[in-house]
Amino acid sequence: MAAFVSGQFRTQDRYAPLPELLQPAGPIPLSLALLIEQLLNGLQLGVMLFLIAAGLTLIFGVMGLINLAHGSLYMVGAFACASVAATTGSFWLGLVTSLAAAAAAGALMEVAVIRRLYARDHLDQVLATFALILVFSEGTRWLFGSFPLYLDIPPVLQGAVALPGGGQYPLYRLAIIAVGVLVAAGLYLLIGRTRLGMRIRAGETDREMIAALGVDIRALYTLVFALGAALAGLAGALVGALQSVQVGMGEPALILAFVVIVIGGIGSIKGALVGAVLVGLVDTMGRFLLPKLLALALPATQAGPVGAAIASMLIYILMALILAFRPSGLFSARS
Amino acid sequence: MSPREKAATLALLALLPAAALAALLLGETFYITLATRIAVLALAAVGLNIALGLGGLVSFGHAAFFGLGGYAAGVLATNAFNAEPLAFGLAGTTSMPAISLVAVLLCGLVALPIGLVSLRTSGVYFIMITLAFAQMIYYFAISWPAYGGEDGLSIYVRNAFPGVETAKPFSFFVLVFALLLAALALFHRLQASRFGAALEASRQNPVRLAALGISPFSIRLVAFVLSAMVTGLAGALFADLNRFVSPSMLSWHMSGELIVLVILGGKGRLAGPLAGAALYVAFEHVLGGLTERWQFFLGLVLLAVVFLARGGLIGLLAGRPRHG
Repeated sequence: MAAFVSGQFRTQDRYAPLPELLQPAGPIPLSLALLIEQLLNGLQLGVMLFLIAAGLTLIFGVMGLINLAHGSLYMVGAFACASVAATTGSFWLGLVTSLAAAAAAGALMEVAVIRRLYARDHLDQVLATFALILVFSEGTRWLFGSFPLYLDIPPVLQGAVALPGGGQYPLYRLAIIAVGVLVAAGLYLLIGRTRLGMRIRAGETDREMIAALGVDIRALYTLVFALGAALAGLAGALVGALQSVQVGMGEPALILAFVVIVIGGIGSIKGALVGAVLVGLVDTMGRFLLPKLLALALPATQAGPVGAAIASMLIYILMALILAFRPSGLFSARS
Repeated sequence: MSPREKAATLALLALLPAAALAALLLGETFYITLATRIAVLALAAVGLNIALGLGGLVSFGHAAFFGLGGYAAGVLATNAFNAEPLAFGLAGTTSMPAISLVAVLLCGLVALPIGLVSLRTSGVYFIMITLAFAQMIYYFAISWPAYGGEDGLSIYVRNAFPGVETAKPFSFFVLVFALLLAALALFHRLQASRFGAALEASRQNPVRLAALGISPFSIRLVAFVLSAMVTGLAGALFADLNRFVSPSMLSWHMSGELIVLVILGGKGRLAGPLAGAALYVAFEHVLGGLTERWQFFLGLVLLAVVFLARGGLIGLLAGRPRHG
């Protein structure tokens, strides 16, 4: 379950270019290259979280719905990409399929179930989308079995890039960061500069008014939901090449995405971006630095476990701190 | 409470011990354990029902208290078994009353700061923050190796209760059922008390409650802490029932299940948690016997409950409450 957390990416990374660097045998000195590598890892985790959180926060902002089953759409994307890539041999075909499959699953979910929940209270939404998680997880296990699938990094993106300071960094992870930046820019343009984005913003502000102005609000909702689902599916497909694709991979990602949007302010895409990068960096750097910091004060046998235990709680502590001062997040869209 | 609800409540309260007794007479030990499982889960859900049903506080993190109670039992018993003192030179214990007391106090102490932070928020924020706090404790339990980490912790001998042979399934059931009755009595008293009225008011109209000079925040905080303490007691008993504690008791899935128990039975109803737990365990047992994929069908049933039977089982049996 904790496999999504960045610290554990490393142990499952089957394409680590420098295993001796990624899995140190003993305590290794803090070098600039290592620090940059960890910063990039944190950024990469943050970008993945942003892809999931953007849809989640958009759906909450526009429809006022809390969707626990968003992690299932992420899982759908990963499974679609892995199975298509396994049969056709093309990662890129798998990537396109994952977007389509997640968007289709999202639209189906919205039309069949979610649409009936907009007028309900949050408790009903939690219960119904919790039920959807059960249906999706068991359904996927039914279709694909309990064994994890594996997805190879496309040949173009295999290999590593030299870092300043002497280290190397996997090209694929850099590509993920680039995808995240592109998606963030794309979403910014979509929401801020297009007619669809204008309708989405109008829907956030006043849904009765925009319906009265003749916009088909039901179709808009389905579209927004499918868009959020496609982003989650994209995240699933991209992460699928870094870790095993299995049932239950969605929930840890979903919970981190919740932390992200709570920190950023629910409904705000900008908040989701800031929150995601913050969570990614704090989590990764905490896991990396805390044991080292504690080793200065504690004996080495204790510093490791204590540091790891505190580091795994760090983002939740961060969230509690932020909420203690700003109860509706950093960039609240609905206050 | 309407006469029909009263009848349904009394029937449920009579059915469970009757089923356990029948299982004892027929020598079906497994079904006694199943009845005990229902009683423990019902107790946990009674706790959540205080916050969720009466106060309208959708806590998606009650597994934290359920698991903390469980770990209190596991850790104290392990330390007593190994004759190792705990922190601060305190000894472990296998006495169930002592363990229950520790579990309840611990959950109260943990729920207080969680409530202080979480209750500043409302709506979706509250749901997610309680979830995040529970995850925090979950990851702590996983990464803390001293008490089993991810593998969990076994309790070798069920803890002792003076005058009760807890190793015998039926005696343990009677003990758990008595505690469930006590918790239900507490819930009933709370609901009828001035505090209960204020709590209901904090759910229905917090502004008006504040205008009457009662702070909704402190009412909610007390309800949240009480709720956590009852769920924590259930956690300690659950650990004793299974003689095993693991981080799964702390997981978000468990929090979801607790909510499901309350809703399945009927939120805010006295017997709702018991009805929900009985239904849930029955699903688990019957569907789980038929297919490995029983959770798929559980999901469909839950969707049906959300869309067709909003009052849960008690709502179906006894009609809508006077004011929901």
